[in-house]
Amino acid sequence: MGNAKPERKVYVDYIATNPVLPAVLEAMLPYFQDVYGNPQSLHAWGDVAREAIEKAREQVAALISGNPEEVIFTSSGSEANNLAIKGLAQGQAGKGKHIIVSAIEHFSVLHAARTLEKAGFELTVVPVDKYGLVDPDEVAKSIRKDTILVSIMHANGEVGTIEPIAEIGKKVKEAGVLFHTDAVASTGNIPVNVNELGVDALSLAGNQFYGPKGAAALWLRKRLRLIPLMDGGVQEGGRRPGTENVPAIVGLGKAAELAVRDIPSRMEKLSPLRDKLIKGIPMAIEHVFLTGHPSQRLPHHASFCIEFIEGEAMLLLLNSQGIAVSSGSACTSRALKASHVLIAMGIPHEIAQGSLLFSLGVDNNEADIDYVLKKLPPIVDRLRQMSPLYAKFMKEKRG
Amino acid sequence: MPMYSEKVMDHFMNPRNVGEIEDADGIGEEGNPVCGDMMTFYIKVKDNRLEDVKFQTFGCGAAVAVSSIVSEMAKGKTLEEALTITPSLVAHELEGLPKNKYHCSNLGAQALRKAIRDYAQKRGITIKGLEMKGEQDEEGEES
Repeated sequence: MGNAKPERKVYVDYIATNPVLPAVLEAMLPYFQDVYGNPQSLHAWGDVAREAIEKAREQVAALISGNPEEVIFTSSGSEANNLAIKGLAQGQAGKGKHIIVSAIEHFSVLHAARTLEKAGFELTVVPVDKYGLVDPDEVAKSIRKDTILVSIMHANGEVGTIEPIAEIGKKVKEAGVLFHTDAVASTGNIPVNVNELGVDALSLAGNQFYGPKGAAALWLRKRLRLIPLMDGGVQEGGRRPGTENVPAIVGLGKAAELAVRDIPSRMEKLSPLRDKLIKGIPMAIEHVFLTGHPSQRLPHHASFCIEFIEGEAMLLLLNSQGIAVSSGSACTSRALKASHVLIAMGIPHEIAQGSLLFSLGVDNNEADIDYVLKKLPPIVDRLRQMSPLYAKFMKEKRG
Repeated sequence: MPMYSEKVMDHFMNPRNVGEIEDADGIGEEGNPVCGDMMTFYIKVKDNRLEDVKFQTFGCGAAVAVSSIVSEMAKGKTLEEALTITPSLVAHELEGLPKNKYHCSNLGAQALRKAIRDYAQKRGITIKGLEMKGEQDEEGEES
């Protein structure tokens, strides 16, 4: 396992971000040099740019079965989440000040809610079970008279679990409370329908389904009061000021259009590859377990905890073999804290350090999975051979 | 990937002195798997010199590289000399560590110090430099 050039390059970190599809890039290219007008300008240059973003709005709306006029373009999923949480809470502040989120939300939801808490709102963080599932009854129980917003993610990017959003949505609606879902990890990868989910707001991001970075959206049901994060012009109905990122929005639209057509075939292609990892890794390596729900999970997502070793060390060695993955270990986070998601699921800190997450994409094939299954076990073995935790475990085992 | 120096990567990819000394004269453990890093150092002493140093490490690339370089720096040194290995020396020897990984160099220096302390306690001897508190320098070197 030297420093030689890897035999193969395997990118299995699509949830971090993805390449744009050729058709997406092709759709975007004219909007850098040929169509460069400001969509707000009242001349032909502006008209063409405006038409382009309106077309993208329709494409994005079609992906989630919403109305185009309910789509607000943002720069990222994080921005969409911040806009939903802060914008909706502040918009409803006259009715109450209580917010509910789950313990495994992305930080753009969790920390946005914490920021509101510091500003005088009250926050309830509902727990999850060992699979990362939120209990709809737990959400219902947490709703108070002054609850103004509930936000539970559609699918978790770290452990792949898909939450029972439709069921939660029903209960939240019965209570007459607004319901937002962070569907960044799910949209474009599994069917998403805002009406079936029963949500009032939904965040999505293009770079989770082969669109470019820098284009995302918040879908927001009509006639809901939202306070913008920024002050400025009339773009996006005044809810998201700033000159529109036309090429990226066009790319997001194209990616959405392709997703509508290709989600079934992508799922059909990726779930067997995912299942091969889910089956193959625990077969090849001892003391490994799947994180997240075994069946109610994203079709392109396989995540594990590998005991007695640490994630960043695995990442570095996998990288030296040409394999790109993610981990939720403390050392891979800049804050040096183990994943809040794994901890919320009741996984002990030292085991959460060995988290490894594979997220697949359309460019992956069976040979990629075989390569991972071949390269990972010796890497784990090598790190365990130098792990004092493993040495202790083996000694105790021998008695 | 963190921005590791070539030297850190070299010591991570090819760590020196990994393992356990079965009949070690001193053992030092530092860190905690809950925080992400844990190191155990084993030393063998002959004529007041570190005849052999081995380690086991649970942790990130920096933690492994720190353990490796500390073992290399310590081997062959007198106990007094080994106690002068400070976190900043370790980081310097590794051609720098990312700021948020600097604490790993503390762990390495401390684990070695604890192994020497263990040896001194077992023998009932005092060693110059041992009574001093280990350097708790948390400031990272700009690298």
